[in-house]
Amino acid sequence: MVALETDTASNTSTSVGIPNADGMVEEETTRLTGTQQFVTFAIGAEEYAVDIMQVREIQAWTEVTILPNQPHYMRGVLNLRGIIVPIFDLRRRFDQGDTEATSIHVVVIIAVGDRIIGILVDRVSDILTIDGSEIRAVPDLDDSGESEHIIGLVTAGERMVALLDTGSLFRHEIISSSLDAVEEPFAQQG
Amino acid sequence: MDEYEQFKTTYFAECAELLGDVEVQLSSLSDGSQDPEVLHAIFRAVHSIKAGAGAFKFTQLAAFSHEFEALLDRMRDGRIAVTEQGVNLLFKASDILSAMIEAAESKTQQSEDFGKEILDEISLIVTGKLAPSQTIKNSDDNQDSQVNQESAPDEKLTYQITFAPKTQLFKHANEPLLIIRELKSLGDLTSIPILKNLPSLAKMDGEEAYLAWNFELISNVRLDEVEEVFEFVTEDCDLEIKTVSDNSEPEDEIIEKTSVATQSSDPANQTAKSPVTAAKVTSIRVDLERLDRLVNMVGELVITQSMLSQQTNDLPSEQFPHMVRGLEELALHTRELQESVMSIRMQPVKSVFSRMPRLVRELSAKLNKKVNLTTIGENTEVDKTVIEEISDPITHMIRNSLDHGLEGTEERIELGKPDTGNVTLSAEHRAGRIVITISDDGRGINRQAVMKRARERGLIAETATPSDDEIDNMIFAPGFSTAEKVTDVSGRGVGMDVVRRNIQALGGRVSIQSTPGKGSRFTMTLPLTLAVMDGMIVQAGGDKYVIPIPNIVESLRPAKSSLKRLPTGQSLVHIRGHYVPLCSLHRVFNINGAITDPAEALVVLVESEEFGTTGIVVDELIGQQQVVIKSLESNYKPVPGISAATILGNGKVAPILDIEAIYRISQQELRNSPVPDDSDHSDVSENVQDSLASKEAATLAAQNAEIPTPSIG
Amino acid sequence: MSKKILAVDDSKTMRDMVSFTLKGAGYDVLEAADGLLALDALVSQSVDLVITDINMPNMDGISLVKALRENPSFSSTPILVLTTESDDSKKNEGRDAGATGWIVKPFEPEKLLKVVQKVCG
Repeated sequence: MVALETDTASNTSTSVGIPNADGMVEEETTRLTGTQQFVTFAIGAEEYAVDIMQVREIQAWTEVTILPNQPHYMRGVLNLRGIIVPIFDLRRRFDQGDTEATSIHVVVIIAVGDRIIGILVDRVSDILTIDGSEIRAVPDLDDSGESEHIIGLVTAGERMVALLDTGSLFRHEIISSSLDAVEEPFAQQG
Repeated sequence: MDEYEQFKTTYFAECAELLGDVEVQLSSLSDGSQDPEVLHAIFRAVHSIKAGAGAFKFTQLAAFSHEFEALLDRMRDGRIAVTEQGVNLLFKASDILSAMIEAAESKTQQSEDFGKEILDEISLIVTGKLAPSQTIKNSDDNQDSQVNQESAPDEKLTYQITFAPKTQLFKHANEPLLIIRELKSLGDLTSIPILKNLPSLAKMDGEEAYLAWNFELISNVRLDEVEEVFEFVTEDCDLEIKTVSDNSEPEDEIIEKTSVATQSSDPANQTAKSPVTAAKVTSIRVDLERLDRLVNMVGELVITQSMLSQQTNDLPSEQFPHMVRGLEELALHTRELQESVMSIRMQPVKSVFSRMPRLVRELSAKLNKKVNLTTIGENTEVDKTVIEEISDPITHMIRNSLDHGLEGTEERIELGKPDTGNVTLSAEHRAGRIVITISDDGRGINRQAVMKRARERGLIAETATPSDDEIDNMIFAPGFSTAEKVTDVSGRGVGMDVVRRNIQALGGRVSIQSTPGKGSRFTMTLPLTLAVMDGMIVQAGGDKYVIPIPNIVESLRPAKSSLKRLPTGQSLVHIRGHYVPLCSLHRVFNINGAITDPAEALVVLVESEEFGTTGIVVDELIGQQQVVIKSLESNYKPVPGISAATILGNGKVAPILDIEAIYRISQQELRNSPVPDDSDHSDVSENVQDSLASKEAATLAAQNAEIPTPSIG
Repeated sequence: MSKKILAVDDSKTMRDMVSFTLKGAGYDVLEAADGLLALDALVSQSVDLVITDINMPNMDGISLVKALRENPSFSSTPILVLTTESDDSKKNEGRDAGATGWIVKPFEPEKLLKVVQKVCG
């Protein structure tokens, strides 16, 4: 899109496609046996993943437009080829500090239901092909409340990857209806 | 056929399955199933049985299933109704079918009359009159005659054939060369290709038919055998087959005919005709989706254009005269293009207005009031996005007029009014907006009741003395309803406050004027389109925002002496004898790095029915521009103070301000951080309420303002 | 190389008979029981001719013809539709959909071979 190029010319080339899985043959057979593929990304040392079917696009961080009085993890909105997409900071969402977002940070654009949102992460790692049986439940240990947004855990080699429930993670921001606005206790005239 | 004998076993096994299917489907049919697939399935089964019966020469079975199939065919396409009687007949027919198959399998001869009764009954239904035996006989006759035809004539004939394939011939995957080969197999064939329609190689289209042929076939086959060669292509070519007893028949004639034949398929001839048909077409139907795409694309073009102008604003025009003029023209044409595209989407409000007479008729019957509805200006056009949105508010206001505005018939007579009440619905264009009014000649607003209710609900202070106009407009206050009891008609849990909020959400305004005893008038103004808007780009902190131009009265840089601050924390600016409340955008939105001192900032005076005039304090005015309205809520929750967003020339998103909401938020904030009330100043506050700057006065004065103000569309 | 023909009919009897006749004349024959299965079969291979019944479950013959004609790989593959009686409406429906020609059931083996030869050589 032309309008984007002025500000993001240096970044457009860093927009990456989704890397290929190890081999076509394997991909073919895994689909038949009902396994799932996930795109994994990281904030710091923590790895998270979302279903590959949700991922629309991966792009480098660009300056967003801040919306007033929003939760601190809602970074702002981005123009994605004419549609306006909210960008959420995953690190802030999990209260793990602040992301000093630069052009080496990555925004993963995903679809949650009929909504399109972006998640700011440090980097995208790879694509994980796993069988449903490999997904383990989240141990009910920490009381941070964070685990309710994790569908399950997967071990990939040495790494532990948390499968994100994006719907629940940003439910308040993207599912709430316009009724909320009506219910807001505005000053009454008089 | 004997060589098919081996397949009979498969066939009977299949028949058993098919009969089972028929049984199942028939019982669901008799259970009242309306599923069209049921009849299709029975049809297919009988059809398969028939096909096999034909192949194996089970004539009786073939004849019966043929008739059975014909009945099912007519039932499945609705030519014959599926009655209970009909279903019973199907059951009986399937019994006969089953018995016939059994007989065929066991090679037992059945009497010729077997199943005749049912067959006749079916035939009677199918044909209405024709006896079934005749139908079967006819088809037998056909076969006989075919056999007879196989004896060839003794003498050799000369056939002259002209064959000019059309393009469709290739589309059906027929192949002229195969046809020629087949012709050749019939006798001595001479072929002369006609090349005159062959274009140059460069112009050749692989899909197009260019070649034609003249053939001369000397053979002892009959005419119908020659015709059979062209069986599949008769409609896809120009074909002429003539027999000539004498070879000396002039060849010219044939060639002439050929040229006539090819001429009719000459594309040039056909295109010559087309303008005549085209001239008749004065309007076309366009898919809405395509139109929306066009509007979106033009929207993107506007953004690109404004980006270009922005980037080249600083170009010295004397150095780049062509560039500067080109850009000006681009801006002009883009604007014109956008207007043309938007005008395609304009529709008369008739589609909404025309629903109202029915509503009035129903309501007046329910309320037992006599009402006469008059509609004016129903051909006034607005964008389809607006059309979709005005129906609800209009419906609501008409309900309100009938329910609360108009008196009952007896009351009207008592008051000396005509017993029939009048409601007028009108639409007109005014200053680039559509104005819709709904007026009635009813009792007008009962201001005492409104005041009482407003005080009860705490909507106004006990001591406040609002003007008549202000009292009337209190019916739009949240949670307000003037009805003594919740009525069936307009008391549906949605008050006028929601109507106003919805209209405001569209960038519209609504107000009411009322004269006691004479009637009320709702006035609703809306933008002509919800797709684009004239906006003023402002800056606060590092961020840019858009204020809708229709809201803007003027902008000014206030002198320090004109600024006042109330003990409540409310800042005011004194303009030409009026105190105007200020709300700082940076405070409302918590923007960092913005100018906090109003004396150094810029004040944009905005106006709304809800609060009159207020001043929005921002850092800077960037410029006026038409913006494309993009929904923020397609991917995010509603954000208080922001109605939508747009995309600026640099590709960045800029929020469009909802000034009413911003005012409400600022008032809320003042309330939340209360400052001890000082009674000495309270009268200042009331002065402010009484002396809100009128739009006219402000605009007039704007000419003397110290900084250039934007022109207000 | 002998020509390959796909015979599509929900009736196994008909498939067997078509197949038997054509194989006897030296053609390679594939079979499919309805339109969808025919399309499946054509995903991985091409054929020189398709012969299809009209009344079939899941996907009927007319829809099959349309689907094949819309696919550039099969736009010029000859297709014969099997009609039962000399029902012109079915013939025309087949033609409009893009069929090359038709065979009227029941047919003699010679007639089938003749028509097959006529459209695919």
